[in-house]
Amino acid sequence: MMAAFEPIKTAIRSPRGGASAAVLLLVVACALFAPLIAPYAYDIQNLPGSNAEPSAAHWMGTDEFGRDLMSRIIYGARTSLTVAVTAISISVVAGLSLGAMAAYFGGWFDRTVTAVVDLTWSFPEILIALILIAIIGPGVGSVMVAVSIAYLAQFTRLTRAQIMALKNETFVEATTNLGAGHFHIIFRHLLPNALAPVIVAGMLATGDAIILEATLGFFGLGAQPPTPSWGAMMSSGTAQIFIAPWIIIFPGLAIAMTVISINLFGDALIEALDIRNRLRSV
Amino acid sequence: MNALDASGDNLVQITDLTREFSSGGGFLKPRRTMRAVNNVSLDVPRGKVTGVVGESGCGKSTLARLVLRLLEATKGTVTFDGKDLSTQSQAEMRRLRRRMQMVFQDPYSAIDPRYTIRRALLEPFQVQGEAKSASEAKATVDELISMVGLSPRMMASFPHQLSGGQKQRVGIARALALRPSFLVLDEPTASLDVSIQAQIIDLLESLKEELGLTYLFISHDLSLVRYFCDRVVVMYLGRLVEILPGAGARPRHHYAHALLDSNFEPDPTRRKVVTMLGGEIPSPFAKIPGCAFAARCPAANDLCMRERPPLTDLGNGHMIACHNPMD
Repeated sequence: MMAAFEPIKTAIRSPRGGASAAVLLLVVACALFAPLIAPYAYDIQNLPGSNAEPSAAHWMGTDEFGRDLMSRIIYGARTSLTVAVTAISISVVAGLSLGAMAAYFGGWFDRTVTAVVDLTWSFPEILIALILIAIIGPGVGSVMVAVSIAYLAQFTRLTRAQIMALKNETFVEATTNLGAGHFHIIFRHLLPNALAPVIVAGMLATGDAIILEATLGFFGLGAQPPTPSWGAMMSSGTAQIFIAPWIIIFPGLAIAMTVISINLFGDALIEALDIRNRLRSV
Repeated sequence: MNALDASGDNLVQITDLTREFSSGGGFLKPRRTMRAVNNVSLDVPRGKVTGVVGESGCGKSTLARLVLRLLEATKGTVTFDGKDLSTQSQAEMRRLRRRMQMVFQDPYSAIDPRYTIRRALLEPFQVQGEAKSASEAKATVDELISMVGLSPRMMASFPHQLSGGQKQRVGIARALALRPSFLVLDEPTASLDVSIQAQIIDLLESLKEELGLTYLFISHDLSLVRYFCDRVVVMYLGRLVEILPGAGARPRHHYAHALLDSNFEPDPTRRKVVTMLGGEIPSPFAKIPGCAFAARCPAANDLCMRERPPLTDLGNGHMIACHNPMD
């Protein structure tokens, strides 16, 4: 089982992989230990000290209600990562199951799944997410559902393509001939062999999902105040952009750094796993 | 001979076996069907090697998969040791699979690339629901791996670390794990180089003696079939055209004669004139009312075009499907 961690080690040893892993580790630490790291609580208002520029007391300044911006960004990491990671995890698990079953069993089930998936594939993710939130209403839970459905097509297609190729391999026939059932073949042979590209695609999609979450937050459809979210913070910063530009700059930087790190680490992982061709096969 | 087998001379009996594949079909387009295996009846005698030869595309591999019910037959039955396979439930089929195994043509993809050799060799027991303690598992793998002439040190290797011949040995060991009585060998040496081929054939021969196995040996290597098989079955376009009772028997079907004659003789003084066949193999989608070989046969007449020749016994188990056999 140790072999599974070998590509991750290789990825971390490459320069961009190592640097991006360090940034990601910092972001994850912020999300996990926000109450310990943040110098102030995220919701304590101080109206006389509003729109204060960065200083020794407030490293990133304060927002329009005088709340410490750095504390809110640290807590915001929690919202962004929770939403993106949960949504993509749901999406990956659902995509793996749907894609594997569609490819393995074929027939009407495959045709139905392919038709629905291709339909959602033809819209941009943001549009699907907006439609869904319009139906189920705003909030953190809605954003998770919307983001997971928006990315479902990608993972279903990727898994399906992998399993289609794998199910004709001789070892599947050999295992059938040993007396194995569908369950054994799917879970012990097909999915383990199809997993690597899907996991990496999931990792890269997490970066996109953070942007999508921030976009929905910017429109006020995500986490509701006073819960900090990077997108919503940027949105409120637009009004103060000429008086207090740090309110929009720092959350923007947080988003950019996180997403760029995820993409760089994903690239390093693709190199380490040597699966560039398989990711393109969709 | 395996004690589990009931008495009877034939371990496997194939009756009127037919498998159709259809392709194409869609909006306003008719589906076309082809018969990959067309009305094949064949007995596989116990403890013997039955060879099946024919050109590529003649239905050899489909026949192999039908015999093991890896494919469902369109028509006809396969009886394994007195049991009709098509009527077996899933659970019964799983038990029966312990006794009928297959060695595959391509050793490179026959083992899951993520499985170690050890795990691949233990999989048969896992699938059959036979739990093994760590020491039992080690003993089993050691025994299997030395049975096929590999070193137990290879247990922890992954397939890509092994050579083609070594992989094929692992494939054979896995097929033997459940102590089968019947092995289908689907061109087990076709993707190996010649020196390794000989080693694998020697291994299969000694395993057969040691374990009392029955083989159905699919091949297009004619000299190998002549050397290895007790009986030779010649297929053409999904049909049986001739069954030769022994490797030395002279083929009397025009196609079988041309095919078995065409192997290369290394000794120049013993080379002979080879009968060349004219024409092309008909499309497998074509519906042929008569003999499938009639269009290319030098002795074909009207009858051959009209009526399909039945498989008739010439004596001594020499069967032939031809209206005008050679002398």
